[in-house]
Amino acid sequence: MHVPDGFFNAVTSISAGVVAAAGVAVCLRGARRELDDRTAPMAGLVAAFIFAVQMLNFPVAAGTSGHLMGGALAAILVGPYTGVLCMAVVLLVQSVFFADGGLTALGVNITIMGIVTVLAGWGVFRLVTRVAGGKVAVAAFLAALVSVPAAALVFTLLFWIGGTAPIEVGTVAAAMGGVHLLIGVGEGLITAVTVGAVLAVRPDLVYGARGLTRPLLLRDAEGTTTTTTATAGTTATAGTTATTDTTATAGAAASAIEGAGKPVGGRGPLRPFLLGGAGVTLVLAGLVSFVASSSPDGLEAVAENEGFIDRATGHLFGEWALADYGEVGGIPVGVAGIIGVGLVLLVAGAVAHAARSRDTSRDTSRDTSRDTSRDTSRDATLDQPRDQVRDDTQGRAHGETRA
Amino acid sequence: MGAGHHHQLHLPGDSVVHRLPPQCKLLAVFAFALVVVATPRERLWAFACYALLLAGVAAAARVPPGRLLRRMVIEVPFVLFAVFIPIVGLGERISVLGLSLSLPGLWAAWNILAKATLGVAASVLLTATTEPRAILLGAQRLRLPSLLVQIAMFMLRYLDVIVGEMRRMRVARESRGFEARDLRHAPVLARSAGALFIRSYERGERVHLAMLSRGYTGRMPVVDDLAASARQWGLALALPALALAVWGLTW
Repeated sequence: MHVPDGFFNAVTSISAGVVAAAGVAVCLRGARRELDDRTAPMAGLVAAFIFAVQMLNFPVAAGTSGHLMGGALAAILVGPYTGVLCMAVVLLVQSVFFADGGLTALGVNITIMGIVTVLAGWGVFRLVTRVAGGKVAVAAFLAALVSVPAAALVFTLLFWIGGTAPIEVGTVAAAMGGVHLLIGVGEGLITAVTVGAVLAVRPDLVYGARGLTRPLLLRDAEGTTTTTTATAGTTATAGTTATTDTTATAGAAASAIEGAGKPVGGRGPLRPFLLGGAGVTLVLAGLVSFVASSSPDGLEAVAENEGFIDRATGHLFGEWALADYGEVGGIPVGVAGIIGVGLVLLVAGAVAHAARSRDTSRDTSRDTSRDTSRDTSRDATLDQPRDQVRDDTQGRAHGETRA
Repeated sequence: MGAGHHHQLHLPGDSVVHRLPPQCKLLAVFAFALVVVATPRERLWAFACYALLLAGVAAAARVPPGRLLRRMVIEVPFVLFAVFIPIVGLGERISVLGLSLSLPGLWAAWNILAKATLGVAASVLLTATTEPRAILLGAQRLRLPSLLVQIAMFMLRYLDVIVGEMRRMRVARESRGFEARDLRHAPVLARSAGALFIRSYERGERVHLAMLSRGYTGRMPVVDDLAASARQWGLALALPALALAVWGLTW
């Protein structure tokens, strides 16, 4: 998938480079929030892991084999910001040191394989975990499944806009999407099992699963059962037969932590991420398609062909061709692109809003516990011994005795 | 790590090219690649001159041609893709040896082949004459964010460790009779990947603690100063400048 030099014209390469640089800059700030001063070693090691995993070939069918892209996996395991950062560094190292992917195509590569796969994967993952609850494996599978064809389609789109070969965008998109959907199944399977394997051993490491784990049941020698919520430290006990004062104090402590944690909010980190995503899309749609109109060669050929397709297959492509014919000459393509992106954002926003409002109405407690767990775990990583976060049961037992 | 840990990509030597500061070489290679990509594909002579320029650099750096060619094997998948374009391409068709090929497709294939080959050759020359660590320090001199450079450095530093761990896992799997034949065996590989992630992450935590105990405050200390003189800049940038001149002359 690594794009070499000469695939895209200079203007597209540079615009994609600008998009990639902006994305990486946003993620540098975001990753500092996710990992604070641990960013350099942690992201470096995770990047090395992704590089190694990309070397892991898995057999697809009769003789052919594929390898992971790892964007969705990185997003789920270490969070979207760090994920983009790791992918960008992997691509940078591959391009500069291993000559895998052209230097001038670095922007395109980072945009497609870093930003798009992580954005698509993380978006799907969040959507599925919110709507369907704690099915992390399913969400991971779908996220990886979607991320691969998404990258392939963005590649096709970019190639249509600024590629150096004339292609039929419809057929190429269909072919690329189809093939990569198959690859995506493999990627999805591996990602889901990998995430599952990590969850089984160290659930606290899976960024995407924070706050989604089932409450832990603690049974002690007298047969008292204590239910704890979520992860790390917070011991909101809803014990059935636990001694009353323990529950009361522990509950108070938990609510105090919740109260303290809430204003900081778990929603905070999501907003710049969404804004960044929207910005990247708008720049791509507006700026890059402006560039496209200045290179009539590829576009004309495609427009001609769109007409061809229109006549051949009729309705499905009819609207597309019409839109293209109407606008290539008159309205600037960039404006059309931005309008299109706006429409898509509107629809996606409506869907997301519907999904979210249903989610919050159904279950608010889970949401708050998710927020606090993330905050406390982040605080804990700052100065307390990491063991407390690492060893869940121990941490909770500790909390119990203290209470 | 550092001393005595030469990566196989790097070819130690003491030529003019080796001695140039990394930031000069990095900028020169980037500029050269940009000039190559911006050159219209119809100027066949220009591409021949670019190839000669690179051959000159290789000769000056005493990089053996065989090694250069071996490293360029990485391109092969895209050569295959380039062969594919004329067959599926659009537009006017001509028949070559009984095959109906698209003329714009042929041009596109030539375009990708020529530019990708030149780009790969330039970047192979860069890594052959510069230590990986020096390249990253040079990138930092060129105002690449220091955090990004640090991440890339950690990645390079631990790459062999992580890949070695993966290799040991493979040896362990295979010595127990495992062989991945079809997709049903993928879960085994995925579990290995999961274990590898946990090992990498925990190693990262240990590395971080070790760094903290040695006084890490978020910045890596600058040990060697990489100042470049005007003469060195001039020497390095001669490559893209000559390429640009070729572009102008073949107008």
